[in-house]
Amino acid sequence: MDVIEILLTVSFWAAATRIATPLIFGTLGELICERAGVLNLGIEGIMTAGAMAGWMAVYQGADLWSGVLFAAAVGMIFGLIHGIFTVPLGLSQHVTGLGLTLLATSLAYFTYRMILPDVPSPPRIEPFQPFAIPLLSEIPFIGPALFKQTALTYLAFVSVVVVSLVLYKTPLGLALRAVGENPAAAEAQGIDVYVMRIGAVMVGSGFMAIGGAFLTMSAFNAFFFEMIAGRGWICIALVVFASWRPGKALLGAVLFGAFDAFQVRLQQALGGDVPYQIFLMLPYVFSILALIVMSRRAAYPKALMVPYRKGER
Amino acid sequence: MTATEARAPEDIVLRLRGITKRFGALVANNAIDLELRRGAILALLGENGAGKTTLMNILFGHYLADEGEVLVADPGGALTPLRGGSPSAALAAGIGMVHQHFTLADNLTAFDNIILGTQSLFRPWADRRSARRKLDELMDGSGLRVDLDAAIGVLSVGERQRVEILKALYRGARILILDEPTAVLTPQETDRLFETLHHLVAQGLSIVFISHKLAEVMSVSQRVVVLRAGAVVADLITDETDAAHLAETMVGRAIPQTVRPEMAPGEAILVLDKVCVPGAHGRPALSDASLTLRQHEILGIAGVSGNGQVALSNLICGLQTPESGTVTLHEQAVALGSPAGMVAAGIGRIPEDRLHDGVVGDMAVWENLALEDYRSPAFCQAGFIRGGAARAHARRAIEGFDVRCPGPEAATRLLSGGNVQKLILARVLTRDPNVILANQPSRGLDIGAVTEVHRRLLEARGRGAGIILISEDLDELLTLSDRIAVLHRGHLSQAMPTESVTIRQLGLMMAGHDTETAAHDAA
Repeated sequence: MDVIEILLTVSFWAAATRIATPLIFGTLGELICERAGVLNLGIEGIMTAGAMAGWMAVYQGADLWSGVLFAAAVGMIFGLIHGIFTVPLGLSQHVTGLGLTLLATSLAYFTYRMILPDVPSPPRIEPFQPFAIPLLSEIPFIGPALFKQTALTYLAFVSVVVVSLVLYKTPLGLALRAVGENPAAAEAQGIDVYVMRIGAVMVGSGFMAIGGAFLTMSAFNAFFFEMIAGRGWICIALVVFASWRPGKALLGAVLFGAFDAFQVRLQQALGGDVPYQIFLMLPYVFSILALIVMSRRAAYPKALMVPYRKGER
Repeated sequence: MTATEARAPEDIVLRLRGITKRFGALVANNAIDLELRRGAILALLGENGAGKTTLMNILFGHYLADEGEVLVADPGGALTPLRGGSPSAALAAGIGMVHQHFTLADNLTAFDNIILGTQSLFRPWADRRSARRKLDELMDGSGLRVDLDAAIGVLSVGERQRVEILKALYRGARILILDEPTAVLTPQETDRLFETLHHLVAQGLSIVFISHKLAEVMSVSQRVVVLRAGAVVADLITDETDAAHLAETMVGRAIPQTVRPEMAPGEAILVLDKVCVPGAHGRPALSDASLTLRQHEILGIAGVSGNGQVALSNLICGLQTPESGTVTLHEQAVALGSPAGMVAAGIGRIPEDRLHDGVVGDMAVWENLALEDYRSPAFCQAGFIRGGAARAHARRAIEGFDVRCPGPEAATRLLSGGNVQKLILARVLTRDPNVILANQPSRGLDIGAVTEVHRRLLEARGRGAGIILISEDLDELLTLSDRIAVLHRGHLSQAMPTESVTIRQLGLMMAGHDTETAAHDAA
């Protein structure tokens, strides 16, 4: 199979979109947190917890959408923890976030083992099924690639639009951006910085958890250990790549998805001659290169990672 | 404004009664009473630390007063108590505040900064159109023009201040508090601000104008309240007093005038020839800057901050290397880019941000005093610090320069700003440098400390040192400098003899006019 041919197949782009979905959720979530001025390194753990919680809810008999909501709620609880530690208490966002990742990951594994102590192979659920969106899926090439996906992928697309509108078109979005740019200015205009920041971290963490849940409820039908496999960290890089803009976040996530789908197909095409680890490495190499090109001029939120304490200058 | 005085007492829009605020043992405000009338400008005058900003922060709800009450007139004119400790309550009562350090978000547009927080957060859609209309009307009515769609980061300081005032007016402020509003403005921008303020009070706005600059207070206000050590020491009608009397009231004693004795300049010691220093965003921080500094001379550098002062001072301190051009010291080219080398070559440095670049706050006074030559044989032997010698040196410096501190072992961060500056002066001047770079040497100091700094600099000049004085305070420059050059966007003008320049001319040059046009326009 020729390298160029890969890029022209519908199945390649369908796979790229599928791989991109959890990244879209995760990147949007991280973007919301960072726009409010809080770095959330708990993302890897929150995605793991979301993956476990959503899957477990469905395995215990809930319907799929209740599972998604449950995952989001679990994510928001972890977000609340991160928010309390980093906003009113003003602790280091790095340390708290890494701690949260360790806590959430371990809790997810622990809970899984507590509820299912002796299952030899991971039990399965009936996941979201792909369905074609009537008219859109009939567009040649693009239609089958983008619009024959599962419901969560569509939700991801819609989320990008909604987050973008809220950020740029509503008073709430303006307040959110203001607390991430200059919390003292927001406070002087009567906005409660603590409430805004904690709220943003909670909502953002909810998005991250849904991203994790996509893996167990849509891409696969079971929960494995280590299944998030660094996707959270990729999201953090994607936020920088996107210059903190939702539209560019979508682009970045799909691009990364494409690299990943591409390397799998390259392995099949050229696998005999080149060690497969080289291919596994490719998406990360490409994302580093893209990051270098794209983020040189990125205007990051001015108050990112700066704790705000009332009455101090 | 005789009409204002004739008005009945029900025209009072703001009354503070017995406001007291303590920070630990320090009484920042002591039983302060104050009244503001509609359509008047009240100046609140006092030195740094007199309690002006604390008082206004209480009024605006940043702090909660320990005692006393704030009464604000409602739209009907009746005085009602203001709930303390809440900026939103103050905003709702019609109080707007323009802080000394602007509270604007750099990456947001002027428009977004103004409407921030004015619409319900749960409104699904921001009503930008009617906000825009209201702002356009406000700008027409007040004469405050800004580009609403520009990000704050690209606006000039004067424009940012206009955004801040618009922000308060947009909120429907009837009382405007301006905290040191002219600190960052050129003389022309200041004039323009005053015009705007007079225009606004004519429309019924009432203004509290906080300042420590006497000339401004005299020219802008109808009444002056003088604060000293947290208490009101005078409440005067501006027309019935004068600057000298206000100064004495503010400081509490007579102030000696600083006089610069005539002195013939000696030979050139420091020469910069067409020096270029790269800056941020591809714009040069200094382009083709040339200057000659001679012995027995103070060379003043005027300019609004951010026009290349940092690059110039970093260059002379050896913190930055030029892209092109030469720097010669005593007719020898200097190897730049080495701070230690520059100190060894006889350059003394009084940095702009004394706590950040001048001292190590957590280290003892004696350690900070030895910081620039701890490796010299006087303080160092066989690789060990000679603590005894350094401490003895510190004790001499503390006494000689009147540094008020518990002793050489005290942590430097516990000293007041004036005493930290005296410590730095001691460190620099005991080395007898032949070139002194003084960057904003009196910023934030009270009058007593300022006089002391000026006296020491003139003394060093008398001994033969050449001094480069970078300052935003034009009065300071005109008092101390033998010659003055102006920095604007990295361009350094020719140095002009102080006797031949006026404040107006400097102001125009600081705004970018060249020397001849400025001289012509100012005349």
